Amino acid sequence: MWRYAARRILMTIPIALGVSAICYALILLAPGDPIQSMLPPDATPEEVAYLKKAYGFDKPVPVQYFLWLMRALSGDLGASIQTHRPVALEVMTALSNTFIIAVGAVLLAFTLAFVMGTIAAYHVGKPTDRALTGVAVMGVSIPNYWLGIVFIIIFAVKLGVLPATGMGSQGSANFNIFDWAQLKYAVLPILTMAMTPLGIIMRSTRAAVADVLNQDFIQMLRAKGLRPFAVLRHAVRNALPQVLTVMGLQLGYLVGGSILIETIFAWPGTGFLMSKAILTRDVPLLQGAILVLAMAFVTINLAVDLLQAAIDPRIKRA
Amino acid sequence: MLRLPAFRSFRLALAALTVASAPLAARAETTLRVAMTAADIPDWRGQPDQGFEGNRFVGFTLYDSLILWDLSSSDKEVGLKPGLATKWAIDPNDNKRWIFDLREGVKFHDGCDWNADNAVWNFERLISDKNPAFTPYNFGRARSRTNNIDHMEKISDYQIAFHTKVPESLFFFNMPYLFMLSKCAVEKAGNNLDEFAKHPAGSGPYKFASVVPHERLELVKNTDYWDKDRVPKHDRLVLLPMPEATTRVAALLSGQVDFVEAPPPDAVPALKAANMRIVTNSYPHIWPYLLNVARGPFKDVKVRQAANWAMNRPEMVDLLSGLAAPSGGVFVTQQKYYGHPMEYGYDPKKATALLKEAGCYPCEINIGISTSGSGQMQPLPMNELVKEQLEAVGFKVKFDTLDWNSLLDVFFKGQEKFPYDGINFSSGASDALNFVKSQMSKYNAPLGGNWGWYFNPEVDALGEKVLASFDPAEWEPMVVKMHEIIVRDARNLFIVTDLNPRALSPRVKGFVQAQSWIQDMTPISIDPK
Repeated sequence: MWRYAARRILMTIPIALGVSAICYALILLAPGDPIQSMLPPDATPEEVAYLKKAYGFDKPVPVQYFLWLMRALSGDLGASIQTHRPVALEVMTALSNTFIIAVGAVLLAFTLAFVMGTIAAYHVGKPTDRALTGVAVMGVSIPNYWLGIVFIIIFAVKLGVLPATGMGSQGSANFNIFDWAQLKYAVLPILTMAMTPLGIIMRSTRAAVADVLNQDFIQMLRAKGLRPFAVLRHAVRNALPQVLTVMGLQLGYLVGGSILIETIFAWPGTGFLMSKAILTRDVPLLQGAILVLAMAFVTINLAVDLLQAAIDPRIKRA
Repeated sequence: MLRLPAFRSFRLALAALTVASAPLAARAETTLRVAMTAADIPDWRGQPDQGFEGNRFVGFTLYDSLILWDLSSSDKEVGLKPGLATKWAIDPNDNKRWIFDLREGVKFHDGCDWNADNAVWNFERLISDKNPAFTPYNFGRARSRTNNIDHMEKISDYQIAFHTKVPESLFFFNMPYLFMLSKCAVEKAGNNLDEFAKHPAGSGPYKFASVVPHERLELVKNTDYWDKDRVPKHDRLVLLPMPEATTRVAALLSGQVDFVEAPPPDAVPALKAANMRIVTNSYPHIWPYLLNVARGPFKDVKVRQAANWAMNRPEMVDLLSGLAAPSGGVFVTQQKYYGHPMEYGYDPKKATALLKEAGCYPCEINIGISTSGSGQMQPLPMNELVKEQLEAVGFKVKFDTLDWNSLLDVFFKGQEKFPYDGINFSSGASDALNFVKSQMSKYNAPLGGNWGWYFNPEVDALGEKVLASFDPAEWEPMVVKMHEIIVRDARNLFIVTDLNPRALSPRVKGFVQAQSWIQDMTPISIDPK
């Protein structure tokens, strides 16, 4: 188990390097120039050159990347071109805001999806299955930005029971999830964010549990006279590794933030931060955010892999 | 018998409570909450970013400039008025030396005095990297307004002089865009503007209260503001970035904000039905296609004119639910420099005839457009309509759709790198200086604002005369003449001007929407009901 874990952890190093190099190249290949857009059209070439030097864009791209990587290894991701605040601080603040709604959405979606998927699998082909599968298809099919707007219209504008946007009168500073006056700002983003993973995980759970329920050992368990719930417990345990993989991927996506959902709800998370960085060509911020998010994604997948190995010993041998 | 005094005591206590609570109620803080279109809080450390929205909500509130915009009326064109300078004039003996008399008795929010030392320091920090408070970003943001300043001179405690590199009669038009910081507050922060950002001090009608980066900036009224007419009529101003139009509308309808910038046209009926007030006004904000006259089909004036005759502008106004007006030039009709240019009506037959006469039928053109961006209004549906109208007369339009930053890159880097026949690039000729330079061939992109490389020797000559003349009676008619010529030359495809829509809660009273990109928030009062 430890050798397996060590091997998986070591594999994250080339992944991190690859992700950072590809992202660096992609950002620089995209049209748009952070320096040009800071200066007026009548700026002289000397003025452009001066600012490029001031921000370190005067060096060859590989040198820029190497210098950035060396600083990043020591924890310094540089400073945002637009705000001049440390990138690490910007990203971690946004990540903590995204975490609030991502964890909420994860808990909601995973719980509901797992229960719904298991029930649907147990009643395959019956009306219960069709109804629950219909809900799952809706969750996956309805664009979440549209659903977010509909939620706002219903709960904030028409009913006036939940706020439409933002994180409350204090913003994210001192946001307290145990205070309903603040937590209520997270309800609609969480509901919106949960819909897509709800659909995906529910369908995966249904397929995995239904597949296990058709296997011979389930017939054996039934023949031995186990009660339906006990049979289902065995089936779920065997389907879990497969479902966990999907859950891990979904958690990774959610932690990466949703540009559309966070923009609609003016929620200052990673998606919102990255969309601003893209539009302003804030290269250090974009690069730092991508690296941190990629690492978060890799870490979550690593955790899921290890968890799978713990649940199913066959995986260690593979 | 015992109950009467007790009852009397209760009544007395109640009366005392009522009297005591009356002033408390009267003193209840009023807050104006604004949903901006900006995706982030504009930089509050001096020269704001986020375009004019930054100037409007952060520059013009926290800080003052030597010359201010007079935003007190919605009925007349916005002019200039004294700010931290009371008077300005060119030195009669030196046409490169502007003398400014400074206002006396003004204090910054930190209590430091405004004077010539402060003024000279403020301009030096924007132009010279030898100044300890110099920052590349403030240098960059101010550069279009400071690039003709050679050096500064302190004449006396309340008089300074600007020495310009070349004579420029319209130099003073730069001043409303350059904001003055408290020198002692910056020095107290170790000349580090990131530290200064924690306790910024200007001299404007609002003082800094608090900030949550990216989320909200709170300002409070400056009761000691030197211009008593502009002491805010509300206690607190909260600025919230909300780039998504639907979100802003929902925030207003659910009572989370009181004042919304740029509501989308299709939300206007719902807002009106909810008793919200929609305010609009003309201002210098045009939505044109800048045409490449250096090469391609638009090199021929007939093709440019054909495009202008092909525009059914009222149809575009309908598309925007009336939140725009037909445009016939670079200035809007309310501006005094508009003059009496020829008017391009809607005449598709004439447009087709001109294209055939020019030998460009069908006439293929490649236009750079953006999906969004500062002042770009509703670019995608609007461009679709323009395309439909142009193709109806014989153009074949191909769009290259870019994000806003990429389109800025196209604008700045010029035709060598991006050979478009035109770009959809909204802009505003808020002052004569900006307009004059953008029409002259010596300011061709990428070294100036003349993106289309428009060239007319008559316009160039007029521009040189305007910039050399220090008598408004002489240069103003020449600016008007320049405008009439460039409209005749169809320098742009003129389409519509924005009407600056805003949606206000019924609680918001007293807002005067000036004909400007900048607005004064100080007259607004909030009805506590």
